[in-house]
Amino acid sequence: MDIVVLVKQVPDTESLVQIAADGVSVKKDEIKWVMNPYDELAVEEALRIREAKGGTVTIVSVGAQKAQETVRTALAMGADKGLLVNDPKAEGSDALGTARILAAAVKSLPCDLVIAGQRAVDEDNYQVGAAVAELLGIPHVSLVVKAEVLEGKVRCHRSVEGGTVVVEAPLPMLFTTQRGLNEPRYASLPGIMKAKKKPLEIKTAADFGVDAARIGVAGRRVVVKALRLPPQRKTVRMITGETPEALAAELVRVLHEDARLI
Amino acid sequence: MAQGVVAITEQRDGTLRKVSYEAVSEGRRIADALGTGLTAVIAGAGVGALAADLKAFGPDRIVVLDDPGLAEYRTDAYTHAVSTVLKTLDPAVVVLGATVQGKDLSARLAARLDAGLAMDCTAVSCTGGAIVCTRPMFGGKLFADVQIQGTPQLIAVRPNVMAIATAPREAAVETPAVELGEVRTAVVERLMEPGGKAELTEADVIVSGGRGTGGNFKPVEDLAAALNAAVGASRSAVDEGWRKHGDQVGQTGKVVSPALYIACGISGAIQHLAGMSTSKVIVALNKDAEAPIFSKADFGVVGDMFQILPAVTEAVKKLKG
Repeated sequence: MDIVVLVKQVPDTESLVQIAADGVSVKKDEIKWVMNPYDELAVEEALRIREAKGGTVTIVSVGAQKAQETVRTALAMGADKGLLVNDPKAEGSDALGTARILAAAVKSLPCDLVIAGQRAVDEDNYQVGAAVAELLGIPHVSLVVKAEVLEGKVRCHRSVEGGTVVVEAPLPMLFTTQRGLNEPRYASLPGIMKAKKKPLEIKTAADFGVDAARIGVAGRRVVVKALRLPPQRKTVRMITGETPEALAAELVRVLHEDARLI
Repeated sequence: MAQGVVAITEQRDGTLRKVSYEAVSEGRRIADALGTGLTAVIAGAGVGALAADLKAFGPDRIVVLDDPGLAEYRTDAYTHAVSTVLKTLDPAVVVLGATVQGKDLSARLAARLDAGLAMDCTAVSCTGGAIVCTRPMFGGKLFADVQIQGTPQLIAVRPNVMAIATAPREAAVETPAVELGEVRTAVVERLMEPGGKAELTEADVIVSGGRGTGGNFKPVEDLAAALNAAVGASRSAVDEGWRKHGDQVGQTGKVVSPALYIACGISGAIQHLAGMSTSKVIVALNKDAEAPIFSKADFGVVGDMFQILPAVTEAVKKLKG
């Protein structure tokens, strides 16, 4: 089975994100860049399926030159080959623009199954996986916490509010990952050494015939007018009291009388 | 030319979810600002009666997509049925709730319709016909004001944020023939948790526990029960195996906006703050007076949660009689 995993390089979730001078993008330096955590689950799941069923795992990403590191990390985990679309014209693409590039790249590869993160933790768009599936004309299932590859189809346990729904979709299909799917492995030292020799192609969007007018900043359907810091809360009001009971009584009083919440 | 606003509702087991009223109310506000009409869409099987529930919230027209094939949410069937209606209505704006279902449907719809989608918005403003949506990014560390080019403008609103407002009017109800297209996915089984436990993203009140619980969530659960609240957890509590993944609030977990969020024994890592910063009122309880959580809280209590929480639970019970 040929599996394609879509990955994105994002700022580590512990990093402080700052607004750049242009007011509509974030400062790229002084950030620790990592693989999107949901994509780690996707790589791990692909490796497990390959270990059980045979086949190949190809990593596809759209990003800066630096995003090679993230593709390499996936190769070090055990993926077979990587493809990074690095193209100034693609920079600043919105979710649909990014999906357009990814879909075109996936189309060029042998592919039975695509696995993607449910969202990237930078822009939190929750869109790219579904959009890639739509552009490829294949079904998708999102938020998968358990995937069973059966004869010609995948049975997905999809996490929904209040439980799980089991959905089946025929191959080729795409699913997106949710926490609980697996525990991603760390790249081992031999894995890291081997990854250096694994093929990592770097291409442009035009190599896949993507119309430059529909990607990048120019192709954005969702235009960022301004980035700002979230509204600040008023200074915390500390509740005081001599005993746990007194503290509790005062807290419940303010929540009831002042905030009218309980 | 595209005009009008469509609000897509969401029902489960024949009941409209709260976010549906939020989406319709927001749709009404946008339609009023644009000086145009609002159409509400209901999709499901045997859901015709739900139209009556929506009339108080101001749609001019209600389209009911009623088909056995829509009984369970399946992306392909819903996308086809809803996009068919949208192509006919040709609206300028589409509003829906950014729930599990709404996020999935809107993402696929956006690609099908080649439309811009502002996901998980916490505010929508409309000035001189231009709509600006505010959406948290980086788990709420930053807010982006975005404008959507082209039509329809798809706006998915974060549950629990938009105000529900009544605006009764006599809506015309239509039940067009439903087209499902080629449906390739099948729902095999639903494994729902028993007891109708409050869902984190919909809860009005959440009590969360972190590393400070040491794995003992009993006081957290007791207070949650007294407040009829949902129970959440920090990533470290989940990583320790104390709570399941579905309970995690944070940048790599659920993003919540309850009216009241009570963080117990949670230090306040950026990761966690990202998931709950849009809560209306935040209470922090931590034994460390220097914990970063206090800088994000409205009310703070320094002390031992194992002593204070049971006392709070008792005080709540006494208040509620």
